[in-house]
Amino acid sequence: MGRTTDSSWWFHLLLAVLGSALVLLVLAPLVGMVVATSFSELSAAAADRVVLESIRVTLVAAAWATLACTVLGVPLAYLLARRRFVGRSLLLATIDLPIAIPHTVAGIALLTVIGRQSWLGQLFGGGLVGTQVGISVAMAFVSLPFLVNSAREGFEAVPARLEKVARSLGASPRQVFFTVSLPLAWRGILSGMGLMWARGISEFGAVIIIAYYPMTTPVLVYRRLNDFGLSHARAAALLLVVVCVAVFAFMRFVSRPLGGKREGDDA
Amino acid sequence: MLELCGLKKRFGAWELPGLDLALEPGEYFMLLGPSGVGKSVTLELIAGLQRPDSGQILWKGQDITHSSPEKRPFAIVYQDCALFPHLSVRANIAYGPKVAGVGRVEIDQRVDELAELVRITDLLDRRVVSLSGGEEQRVALARALVTRPELLLLDEPLSALDASIREYLRGELQRLHKESGAIFLHVTHAQREARHLADRVGVVLDGRLEQVATSTELFRRPTSRRVSEFLGLRNLLDLRCSEPGRGEARGVGIRGEALLPGRANLWIRPEEITLTRGEPRAPNVLEARVISLEDVELLTTFRLACGELELVAMVPEARARTLGVGPGDRVFASFGDDALHSF
Repeated sequence: MGRTTDSSWWFHLLLAVLGSALVLLVLAPLVGMVVATSFSELSAAAADRVVLESIRVTLVAAAWATLACTVLGVPLAYLLARRRFVGRSLLLATIDLPIAIPHTVAGIALLTVIGRQSWLGQLFGGGLVGTQVGISVAMAFVSLPFLVNSAREGFEAVPARLEKVARSLGASPRQVFFTVSLPLAWRGILSGMGLMWARGISEFGAVIIIAYYPMTTPVLVYRRLNDFGLSHARAAALLLVVVCVAVFAFMRFVSRPLGGKREGDDA
Repeated sequence: MLELCGLKKRFGAWELPGLDLALEPGEYFMLLGPSGVGKSVTLELIAGLQRPDSGQILWKGQDITHSSPEKRPFAIVYQDCALFPHLSVRANIAYGPKVAGVGRVEIDQRVDELAELVRITDLLDRRVVSLSGGEEQRVALARALVTRPELLLLDEPLSALDASIREYLRGELQRLHKESGAIFLHVTHAQREARHLADRVGVVLDGRLEQVATSTELFRRPTSRRVSEFLGLRNLLDLRCSEPGRGEARGVGIRGEALLPGRANLWIRPEEITLTRGEPRAPNVLEARVISLEDVELLTTFRLACGELELVAMVPEARARTLGVGPGDRVFASFGDDALHSF
């Protein structure tokens, strides 16, 4: 914060107090869960094949959703960052729509497209309901805004002038994308992928409507809470949190800016 | 070689209203104008980085208005250099040949040649974020020149640099222009650059090319009052002539053989006004009071009040010392017919 005057010191203290309350809102339940779960409960959960299978299903489904949306979403993000066209605002609003829709509603809406009676459902012989692909689709639907928006911001942070120079040096639009835009926006893209993956893992509402089985961890936690009580649900939940925090920390580490200067800054 | 015919571009309320320009092979042409008149847009239109709303761009007689940037044998250098921050200096310079599919051995050879030409061989393995402003600009020049452009577009390349580096790079640009043989089209708002670098200068005001001339000619004989005002020329007179050979500006009589009845815009070059303590014999002799004087680069600039008319005279410093006058003193300012330049 450096040297500050007395009045600004008090003001900053007030800001810190208010902010701390918010941080507590995040940390307190997590710490509470850790404290309330004994090591034996946790190790029992870690040895529980149903729990482990649910974690595998959750991580894999979220990873496929993230990969598929990266392939489809990064070009869209680039287009949105670089072009101004009729309907762009509408497109941006459409991408944000899943954030605003209740996720159970999203699940029901998805049933009309991938359910047994849907056109796609008939095409794939019975639909994607109750399949891991269906879970991935549900996760993709609710979490794609995080990827597309983060990738778009990543591309927007790349000065358009760098791309212009590349064009004048003889690069085609495709070469510019792969040699300039993508290498400079990768942190935004990776951060978006991390957010999308994490959001996919935590999805419950849309997933439970598309697939009760194979069971994802949030669905398993819900079921155990209902059937056996809090102590049985808590260990599985904590295990998922540990895995997610580890992966999330790793992604934050690899996508951190180096040397204090953003790559997107003007040279 | 390059011809712009009625090039128009509009962005909201701003408009490039129709630019005509022709560049000759191998010349160093400078577009001089204040900020916001469309100089940089013109460069991007030429480079194909923006599309004109109308007009044509001809290169060696071929219409290239709609050809893509990578198909044009041009390269652009921006004021902020726009170096690729994720690449090393060497990779930045190698970028053009690499995307063109040139072999690695030839790329290395060309990069080394260019690095030597712009004197950055010792910087080749550095990250671009560690370079100084002058070094960045030399890397940007090397990166552009390595593609062997036939036309190099320079967008205020010296404006963001310190004075000493600017001076040095001005010389480098001159040398690179000679050695590369390319046409250099350089846009700037800095008159000093135009005076020292350009073979020809085009003054752009409000998106229109007001005058094209050699730099010497431009500063000696601007063809309009607008150009003169932009160049910051002193002693612009709004003259009313009642009879041939005689006129009046702010109550002061001016004689000149070429003066015709009516109104006229005249310019008297400050260097062509002679100052004396005694009254000389000359077509125009004005009694004046010295308002102030200032020494600038071996010349002394006198601000003079001739009645209501204010004039500026510039005399060599040594001559000013001999004259021995100061603020408030009386002098005679005289000039001949040939010192009167009309627009």
